[in-house]
Amino acid sequence: MSDIANIKLSNAQIAWRAAQDIEDGSYVNLGIGFPEMVARYQVAGRKAIYHTENGILDFGPAPASGQEDWDLINAGKKAVTLNPGAAFFHHADSFAMVRGGHLDVAILGAFEVAENGDLANWSVGKGGVPAVGGAMDLVHGAKLVAVITDHVTKTGAPKLVERCSLPLTGVGCVTRVYTSLAVVDIEGGRFVLREKLAAISLGDLQAVTGATLNLDGPVADLIVPEL
Amino acid sequence: MDKTIGDVAAAVADIPDGASVMIGGFGGSGAPIELIHALIDRGPRDLTVINNNAGNGRIGIAAMIDAGMVRKIICSFPKSKDPRAFTEAYLAGRIELELVPQGTLAERIRAGGAGIPAFYTPTSFGTELAAGKPTAEFDGRGYVQERWLKADYALVKAETADRHGNLVYRKAGRNFGPLMCMAAATTIVQATRIVDPGAIDPEHVVTPGLFVDRVIGVPDARQEEDLNIEGAVYA
Repeated sequence: MSDIANIKLSNAQIAWRAAQDIEDGSYVNLGIGFPEMVARYQVAGRKAIYHTENGILDFGPAPASGQEDWDLINAGKKAVTLNPGAAFFHHADSFAMVRGGHLDVAILGAFEVAENGDLANWSVGKGGVPAVGGAMDLVHGAKLVAVITDHVTKTGAPKLVERCSLPLTGVGCVTRVYTSLAVVDIEGGRFVLREKLAAISLGDLQAVTGATLNLDGPVADLIVPEL
Repeated sequence: MDKTIGDVAAAVADIPDGASVMIGGFGGSGAPIELIHALIDRGPRDLTVINNNAGNGRIGIAAMIDAGMVRKIICSFPKSKDPRAFTEAYLAGRIELELVPQGTLAERIRAGGAGIPAFYTPTSFGTELAAGKPTAEFDGRGYVQERWLKADYALVKAETADRHGNLVYRKAGRNFGPLMCMAAATTIVQATRIVDPGAIDPEHVVTPGLFVDRVIGVPDARQEEDLNIEGAVYA
């Protein structure tokens, strides 16, 4: 079996791959943390407008250190800047944009994604302080709800599974998964493999996936630049 | 029709034990820190606080928790850079938490202000946060019934207010402010700038004054995040 740790994509490369599918003129919400990295790899010549659920459309990168305005932050409470044409709005309007289906793309992280499109990404189900934020809202509404994630957990367990074992964020909501090894669509309650790294065989990829990877046409090589 | 009131202490002087209090802000942006600290000075107990978060550091809502004033928090994300105050109280069983998805929290508050007792949302359908709530199917999809959320008081920060209570907010500090102004029986606003009626272009009014009961000018208002960076403590 190939040594996955040596061939798998970095987080930056997963983010780069996801960014290639964001079309010009898209309205996009990127989840807190790892998904925020997708904005760095926006394809040249395409303009995406980023939505942050605390109430900004068309925010830009972080300001220089010392230039932060803490009333101008994103959902991760990090300081951001504004692009020309930006807009502010209150929370009910912001989540109307989400639930009302007005966003084109939402990209989220995951603990587990199931072949039926269920997502678990908000709670590991053990004690402590529970916190959900906008996760349960963001999975409903965007035309494309994509997940970016390592293909397996830190201990090597599959993150693409038949049914989620952790508390759900939403049911039947994910349509595409970008992992460190492959690009997988969710169609009709099953995983459909679209791309995989050339360095891993189909058999080895299936062995680290917790549900059947179906084939529907050719599987392209997952090709990503060094970053 | 002049809704201005002398100072922050006078503005919160009638908030009693057991009151429900909506507090604007998303993290530090839009947090009405001077009104919160005036409420700490007054010291009512057994409050139900409605906010997106549950305090950060040793100021604002975190300081209210440390002062033992808060019986229950209704919020979406009770975590922050320094969540010690809430975490300790929660794990010790001293504070009750009602965890609400962020968009549902916003819509419940909006519904409270708009006179809509309940609504259906796809958010949380099929998850543990929908446990015990009525569900229904519309056009083949599942939805969860959520109820309105109202409060006795709202504490909100605006950038500019006129004496009639018309408000303009500052950047992403707007967040829950316009919703909470609608949903509270008594809405108390601290504004960095107070102007005469007519000085705000009617086309630019975000919250119409009808939703506002008291306006207090706090020209030197501080930003919660800046105070936390300075290591401020309010006790």
